[in-house]
Amino acid sequence: MHVGLEHYLVVSMLLFALGLLGVIMRRNLLVIYMSLELMLNAANLALVSFSRFNNNLNGQILVFFIITVAAAEVAVGLALIVALYRKRQSAHVEDLTLMKL
Amino acid sequence: MELPDILFYVFAALTLLCGMLVIANPFSRNPVTSAMFLVLTIISMAGLFVLLHAFFLAAVQIIVYAGAVIVLFLFVIMLLNLKEEQQRKIKKFSLIGGLVSVGAIVTILVISLNETRPGADLSAPILEGETAALGKLLFTQYVLPFEVVSVLLLVAMVGVILLSKKDLK
Amino acid sequence: MKLELLPWLILFLPLLATGCIALFTLQNRTLSAGLSISAIVIGFVLTIVFIVNNGWTPTPSELTTNWVTVGGLQVDFGLKLDALSLMMMLIVTGVGGAIYIYSFGYMHEDRGFSRYFACLSLFTFSMLGVVLANNFIELFIFWELVGVSSYLLIGFWFERPSAADAAKKAFITNRLGDFGFLLGILMIWGWFTSLNVSDPLNFNVLYASTHQHDLIFVLPTVAGLLIFCGAIGKSAQFPLHVWLPDAMEGPTPVSALIHAATMVAAGVYMLCRVFFLFDASALDVIAWIGGITALIAALIAVQQNDIKRILAYSTISQLGYMIMAVGLAGPAPAMFHLTTHAFFKALLFLGAGSVIIALHHEQDIWKMGGLRKKMPVTFWMFLFGALALCGVPPFSGFYSKDSILALALEQENYPLFVLGVAVAGLTTFYMSRLFYVAFLGKAKTEVAGHAHESPPVMAWPLRVLGVFALVGGVIGVSQTYASQFGSAAEHLSFAQTLIEPFKQSPGAATIGIAAVAIGFFAARALYRDAVDDPLPAKLGGFATAMKNRFYFDEIYEATVIHAHDFIAAVMDWIDRWLVDWACIGFVRGGTDFSGRALRLVQTGNLQTYAFLFVLGVAVLLYFVLGR
Repeated sequence: MHVGLEHYLVVSMLLFALGLLGVIMRRNLLVIYMSLELMLNAANLALVSFSRFNNNLNGQILVFFIITVAAAEVAVGLALIVALYRKRQSAHVEDLTLMKL
Repeated sequence: MELPDILFYVFAALTLLCGMLVIANPFSRNPVTSAMFLVLTIISMAGLFVLLHAFFLAAVQIIVYAGAVIVLFLFVIMLLNLKEEQQRKIKKFSLIGGLVSVGAIVTILVISLNETRPGADLSAPILEGETAALGKLLFTQYVLPFEVVSVLLLVAMVGVILLSKKDLK
Repeated sequence: MKLELLPWLILFLPLLATGCIALFTLQNRTLSAGLSISAIVIGFVLTIVFIVNNGWTPTPSELTTNWVTVGGLQVDFGLKLDALSLMMMLIVTGVGGAIYIYSFGYMHEDRGFSRYFACLSLFTFSMLGVVLANNFIELFIFWELVGVSSYLLIGFWFERPSAADAAKKAFITNRLGDFGFLLGILMIWGWFTSLNVSDPLNFNVLYASTHQHDLIFVLPTVAGLLIFCGAIGKSAQFPLHVWLPDAMEGPTPVSALIHAATMVAAGVYMLCRVFFLFDASALDVIAWIGGITALIAALIAVQQNDIKRILAYSTISQLGYMIMAVGLAGPAPAMFHLTTHAFFKALLFLGAGSVIIALHHEQDIWKMGGLRKKMPVTFWMFLFGALALCGVPPFSGFYSKDSILALALEQENYPLFVLGVAVAGLTTFYMSRLFYVAFLGKAKTEVAGHAHESPPVMAWPLRVLGVFALVGGVIGVSQTYASQFGSAAEHLSFAQTLIEPFKQSPGAATIGIAAVAIGFFAARALYRDAVDDPLPAKLGGFATAMKNRFYFDEIYEATVIHAHDFIAAVMDWIDRWLVDWACIGFVRGGTDFSGRALRLVQTGNLQTYAFLFVLGVAVLLYFVLGR
């Protein structure tokens, strides 16, 4: 079967779902963060495939920016996790319930 | 079946498998293992990009993501000296909650994909993802976001340095 | 100087005075009084200037500006200038001016001196508005304003619960009458609008509409009677007369101005203004109500012991006379009596005020006496006023009362004529009683023995009003009114005017004088040198009933007030239980409950939040992707 746009989109969607599952199910902060990166990648894949099949380069430009921003975000997020670990000596999400009402 | 199609299925399967192993490795709960499998996922995705004729982006993906972001992750894991996650009981709530929410999203997306069939009447793509063309577009039409993103990186750098100081006086 | 500007100036000067006093000069007593008194005196002078320059029927006879036009209702703000309104303006500013000057002395030691003058000026503004109004809506607005000023002034000493209650009673009773009045206005509006008359509430337009093609068309009786309701309330006719005696809780100059000379006369004025709207049956009812009021009030006055209350009931009785005159299709005699009544009743009240102050706020006539030598000016002026009220020639009261009695005789309405004569006799009886007990004889208490005359600022207004009480009948007042209401005005010389009544209607004049004589001699026989009231012994139960004002207040209390209290209690129950407890309670409880429920969502757990995020995104996607 000839591979078309829908195939790529299905792959992207499944990857996104996997990342989402990781965010909700895993309890280690770092693994949650990694799953978040998975979701971003899924979005990138969808954008590139749209860009390809619409004969437009705009999607690829957007992916370029997304990768950049994701990198910056990872840096800052990890710095936060480090600071948090220093304070609480735990990277387990269930120990971080200070915002409970 | 032509080669590109076969390659697509290979890379797609690889991506999904590694993605699954990132989040739910039955053999080890070590975060380092998750990071490794994330690297593999990204490399597979780079393959998919190449199949989509986005050569520049494939390269960038490997260099930036696999080369910098994952390395950063590994540095932090080492820094925090995380041991294997204690075997806490898997909460039923989170499992069910996760499956429910993910199922909802997937269902909606699948159904919408089915209904609209976006690729139905698209002509065969003729675009060659030349780097030159990408660069031209970037520096003419999208030059403002480009500059802003550089400022963003600066800000992120400053923030990270500030946040990771030992004691903030 | 543009003479068209004058009426506006006269109308708004008192309002200006009120505003200035209320906002700026409450602390400065003399300045407040000065502002107020000058406003009204200037008003009086300007009125005279206007009349001298324009005569009694000026042209244009109306100055209006359009104020509001809503749908089919057009409301103008305008001034109607004819003999009727100009004479009333003279009375209001003239008698009012005398009373203002008197108050300067009377209220001298009172704490609320400035407030008093502010309220007085407000009243003058409202009364001038009533007199000058050229359409029903404007009249009604000023009518209500007059009621408000009356409320403020009756309850002037509001720390006294009786005064506060009296003010409330006056206002509410007035409102009852005004309710009927408003219904009447609405009826007129509806009636004339259905006849395609534009701006049907303007008096000129109404007059023209009802006098088309030599055909005089009148309203249905009901509308006329509803309009009369307003006069019943404002002029204290039976059955809404109960507020006027209680209104004596206010300061005496207030009683003189509002409840003798001007405000209560507003009802009579209004009836004369729209006199052409009433048909024969309405006029009949009006005449009988006036007559009955006159009789009842005179009977009650015979047994009252408070000097102000005697005068209050006398006012009600005389108002009954005026209303009776209107009902007998004689607006000119009614207005004539109104004018002379303003003079002598104000004089009587001011005189009573002098006595009250001299005896240190004593109002019971059985504690006075022997004031002839001690307070000569008050004595003689009070005598003038009393003689005018009784209708002794050549005092003004004789001419005005006689015109009313002559009118009754002319219309061959014998029951009302007999009633009028009987009331004249009773009037003389109770006024002589008052005079004998309060002024003549020996001083009955020590305080009365030490009385002394009032200061000049209070004595001079008495003198001026006394002069008018004497000559008011012969200075051409009745001719002015007669010309307004259509009958030809013959120009008579002074001497002719003096004996005019005897020529025109000798029967009425002689019978009237006979009634006066009978009343006087009866009172003299009973009350000369009396130390105690001999009448209860003679008349027994009837006298007690008279003293207790025929139990009107008690009847009203038992029926109307109780019904009202019951309805108020039911409403209170509904409000407290149904609205407060049920409705508001449910809302409050519901909010409380949902707040507590939603609080459980905030667990602090990151993954819970992520889960909820995703659910939200799913819902959003569902809607965005168009299903």
